[in-house]
Amino acid sequence: MSKLLEVKNLSVSFDTYGAEVKAVRDVSFQLNKKETLAIVGESGSGKSVTAQSVMRLVPTPPGKFVGGEIRYNEENLLQKTEKQMESIRGKEISMIFQDPMTSLNPTMTIGKQIAEGLIKHQNMSKKEAHLRGIQLLKLVGIPTPEVRIKQYPHQYSGGMRQRAMIAIALSCNPKILIADEPTTALDVTIQAQILELMRQIQEETGTAIILITHDLGVVANTASRVAVMYGGKIVETGTVDEIFYEPKHPYTWGLLGSMPKLDTEQEELQVIPGSPPDLAEPPKGCPFVARCPYAMNVCSDYMPAYTSVSSTHEAACWLIDARAPKVDIPESAIVEGKDIYVI
Amino acid sequence: MVKYLLKRIGYIILSLFLIVTVTFILMKAAPGGPFASERALTPAIEAQMNEAYGFNDPIHEQYFTYLINAFTFDFGPSFKYVGQEVTEIIGRSFPYSLILGLEAIFIAISFGVLLGVLAAVQHNKFGDYMAMVIAVLGISVPSFIMAAVLQYIFAIYLQVLPIARFESFAHTILPAIALATTPLAFIARLMRSSMIDVLNRDYIKTAKSKGLSERVVTYKHALRNAILPVVSYLGPLVVTILTGSFVIEKIFGIPGLGSEFVVSVTNRDYTVIMGTTVFFSVLLLFSILIVDLLYGLIDPRIKVTSKEGDK
Repeated sequence: MSKLLEVKNLSVSFDTYGAEVKAVRDVSFQLNKKETLAIVGESGSGKSVTAQSVMRLVPTPPGKFVGGEIRYNEENLLQKTEKQMESIRGKEISMIFQDPMTSLNPTMTIGKQIAEGLIKHQNMSKKEAHLRGIQLLKLVGIPTPEVRIKQYPHQYSGGMRQRAMIAIALSCNPKILIADEPTTALDVTIQAQILELMRQIQEETGTAIILITHDLGVVANTASRVAVMYGGKIVETGTVDEIFYEPKHPYTWGLLGSMPKLDTEQEELQVIPGSPPDLAEPPKGCPFVARCPYAMNVCSDYMPAYTSVSSTHEAACWLIDARAPKVDIPESAIVEGKDIYVI
Repeated sequence: MVKYLLKRIGYIILSLFLIVTVTFILMKAAPGGPFASERALTPAIEAQMNEAYGFNDPIHEQYFTYLINAFTFDFGPSFKYVGQEVTEIIGRSFPYSLILGLEAIFIAISFGVLLGVLAAVQHNKFGDYMAMVIAVLGISVPSFIMAAVLQYIFAIYLQVLPIARFESFAHTILPAIALATTPLAFIARLMRSSMIDVLNRDYIKTAKSKGLSERVVTYKHALRNAILPVVSYLGPLVVTILTGSFVIEKIFGIPGLGSEFVVSVTNRDYTVIMGTTVFFSVLLLFSILIVDLLYGLIDPRIKVTSKEGDK
């Protein structure tokens, strides 16, 4: 497996009135060629900020990169000038956003919005870009692309807009596609179509995907590796199988436990009690300590180090330490193959 | 499109009818008349004059002749300027006001939009504060003070521009600036807030994620979306410029339509009041129509017409 992108000890903060919100704290992960890495976690865990940092799309100020590196092609993206970044965005790394209703410019035709990147990065003429735009729309499954390319976003349905977004993101054959909750704003049937489309495109083009989501069902269906984020930190990473069948971190247990199961007799959905930590004053130790049913004294004072469980699986939890009491995975977090709904 | 335009023109005619009627009522309700002046006429002459101009006719008859006159755009002679037709007065003075007004509108829109965009791009930085200080000053300082200040600086102190009259392009610069100041400041504020709003939208992030430069993102993506509030202000802007021009025309000694309009009211020069009112109303109503058409051009979501096949 060859490394395509490596994020090392990335820390991103936001200056707000009176406080510095430490949205991403010491996050490290890597993305290999042709794989799909899912970053999961609840709202406010720092997923989107991490993803936008890779594109350097975090507005600075109020945001600032406190430390770390984002290495792509042997170069640190955080040290690039804005001009240099412009030649990477859209060409090497591109992004799909959460809400297709608001992420397309309402006063510009879809065709123009696709053509822009092509004209900028591939030196195409307007006519070439137009023809390529039609091809791209066809690729993402939009019927009668010759007609549709001249239309405005309001003439597209939600699912079609997301398809158009994907066409824009793919226009210059990027090496990395960052999808920031690409299906959250869509209804379930459209969700499945969009995920299927992304999978298909990955097979055809070999683009590596960073998929940001809070939907474990989506993860199970599309990702090859998973990073679980909580309170601005990655708490566990592993392959999909490792995360689903041998989770080590109590937060991952909580996430798996709160996933609706098909065969359950329970009336109510399970939740993780409590709320995420205030990242203006993050806890000294493990961020999950306040909500963790297994929390020990050590957890509130010291952040656990990443402990390898296997060559691809590591977690940051004191429970893995040899001195910790033995805790079994709670029954609710045990996932069987049939529990994961296949889209 | 044609259907829409016909409908809108129908509404314009209806509005004009209402405006003309209200003007008539107000005109008649105000005491005095065109022949009431300091040097009183003998009662016999005044009675004869009233008779000659039809002021002794029943009020509804006067109203109907007046309506017919208004819609045929034939207002008859002025009562005060002997031997001059109302259309002549308008034709003579309107070109001055038109040139002045267009210049002022051009200055207000171009500099207002520019200032607003700069402020938004520099949001909460020095440039933003500077632009907004200028804007607040522009809104707070009345145009006649602005005019006097400009005259003092550029005509008396620096002696680079003529102080008054209307003879060449140089003569129009100072009055146009004075006239444009307030709307310019207003447009700058409108533009700033709408631009800040647009710059935080998701599609701006999409545009950036395509690798487009800051300049392209600002001018190609943000500007067109942010300019709508300014476009809708164009209607009221025409009014501000038209009514504002009266003061400015007085100060700079320009024989424009603004002063004719106001003077005709104090003179009870009925035919001129009617003529200028109808003329200004037509101008305003059509500028509003143009604004609405512009809206549809700028934002494809706003439909002025319902073409077949569109949903």
